[in-house]
Amino acid sequence: MMISIKASPKRGKALCVCCKLLIVDLDFKYMQFCLLAITKAFLIEKAVLITIVIAVSLVIAMYSTWAERKVAGFIQDRLGPNRAGWGGLLQPLADGMKLFMKEEIIPNASNKFLFILGPGVAMLTAMMTSAVIPWGNKIEVFGRSIDLQIADINIGILYIFGVVSMGVYGIMIGGWASNNKFSLLAALRGASQMISYELAMGMSIIALLMVTGSLSLKTIVEQQSAGWWNFFYQPLGFLIFMVCAFAECNRTPFDLPEAESELNFGYHQEYSSMKLGFYLFAEYINMFISSTLMATLYFGGYDIPFVNDANLLSSLGPNLTATLQALALFAKIFFFIFFFMWVRWTVPRFRYDQLMNLGWRGMIPLALANMVITAAFMLWRHG
Amino acid sequence: MEALTNRSKAVDRRPMSVWEKAYLPEIAKGMGVTLKHFFKKKPTISFPEETRPFSPVFRGLQVLNRDEKGRERCTACGLCAVACPAEAITMEAAERKQEEQHLYREEKYAARYEINMLRCIFCGLCEEACPKDAIYLSETFTPANYKRESFIYSKQDLLIPDPVTEPELYKKALGDRAKKS
Repeated sequence: MMISIKASPKRGKALCVCCKLLIVDLDFKYMQFCLLAITKAFLIEKAVLITIVIAVSLVIAMYSTWAERKVAGFIQDRLGPNRAGWGGLLQPLADGMKLFMKEEIIPNASNKFLFILGPGVAMLTAMMTSAVIPWGNKIEVFGRSIDLQIADINIGILYIFGVVSMGVYGIMIGGWASNNKFSLLAALRGASQMISYELAMGMSIIALLMVTGSLSLKTIVEQQSAGWWNFFYQPLGFLIFMVCAFAECNRTPFDLPEAESELNFGYHQEYSSMKLGFYLFAEYINMFISSTLMATLYFGGYDIPFVNDANLLSSLGPNLTATLQALALFAKIFFFIFFFMWVRWTVPRFRYDQLMNLGWRGMIPLALANMVITAAFMLWRHG
Repeated sequence: MEALTNRSKAVDRRPMSVWEKAYLPEIAKGMGVTLKHFFKKKPTISFPEETRPFSPVFRGLQVLNRDEKGRERCTACGLCAVACPAEAITMEAAERKQEEQHLYREEKYAARYEINMLRCIFCGLCEEACPKDAIYLSETFTPANYKRESFIYSKQDLLIPDPVTEPELYKKALGDRAKKS
């Protein structure tokens, strides 16, 4: 918006007029979404929030790699990395350093532009989803009440779906640009897998939306803080959502696009250095975001279990409450991340036909049934 | 045919029941197994910090011994080199001079004594062959290096520290393995 004002003075003028009118109006509802709210403080507030969220998701993705290796080790009766730093805590830094130091190779036969674009897209889509997730209730800093959510848009879930679907481009572009048959096969697998499971995922969400009646994640969380968690209304929906989330993240048992033992390394076979690092990183960020989504949609988001948040707010003040809420959310997220890893080191990979069977003949009918039953129930209750 | 052990199980080829086809209960079972392993005590020995106890007959790197006055025991008789099946030992003998009596125990000594640790098979035959208790196998066993040449251990690398001038180091190097003289 700032750019458009600079580029065309005419439109800028119109915008200013619009702003002034709105100031006169002081319509609170518009303030949240319209230009009026874009003041300096608002920009700083959002910039800081975005920086924090991105930094946090990067750090969590970094330490997910460490946690994954630790969990794998423990499940296999090993200790996992324990040489770099206490308990191997500096291992991700060492790995990152190594990836940065590695020689960057772009194959001669590849499409150079797309080859570089691929990991960028993967990373971008992974990071963008975090924009609509509420991390806690409002906090008060310098006399301003700040929402711990980058954008409370009323189509939050749709936005997430849109961005997540774009994630397949990262894989497709990367696999295709490598000009390698294994990469291409892996990319095709990845694309078809993600598309098939997105259907079931979408339908499980539709059932959830019938229960909540809102697409805004903030509203969904607030409803859950007031009443029961959505998991108790939609256990089957959650199960379908979770399985599909595994497939969307390309995690075992659905890690066919990577399939180290069949396709060498999958779609990022030709990648080296930090471009490879971006793909791996994007995967872990996706895992983090899926965990967040599961926690937010089905397990109350930042709602602290067994505690009345409104009472807490009056006794502890907004800042402390928001901190506790964020901690509760992160506890839930870490549990789900652990669950992802736990499943990965337990279940072997599906065969491709099994994967498609499960997706089309298992998940989609189940999701449909869940949707119809929920719809009938909601109709019966309201009508 | 009679089974060799009672552990063998016949392959079950019955079609899966609905419960098994549902897949999830079986996954839950498997996850229970992995979770049990998650909390199990790990058998790992973190090597440089912890070591496995050695057996009394463990054979590690060779050490050239000295007597209680700090004189080298080796007389360069060459019996170890003859006994060595891997031909890892080379030596050159020299005659002791009058002023070197505090350095070498016998009238003849090894001017050069080399063991190629890449050839050595740590069989301990050199220790057995030595009539002077001059060589024995220690409990050190992890030589690591960047170059092949550095695995040819010279006399300086093999000799035990002097018990007169460096009694602490001598004791440490001696370990429990040398024949007490």
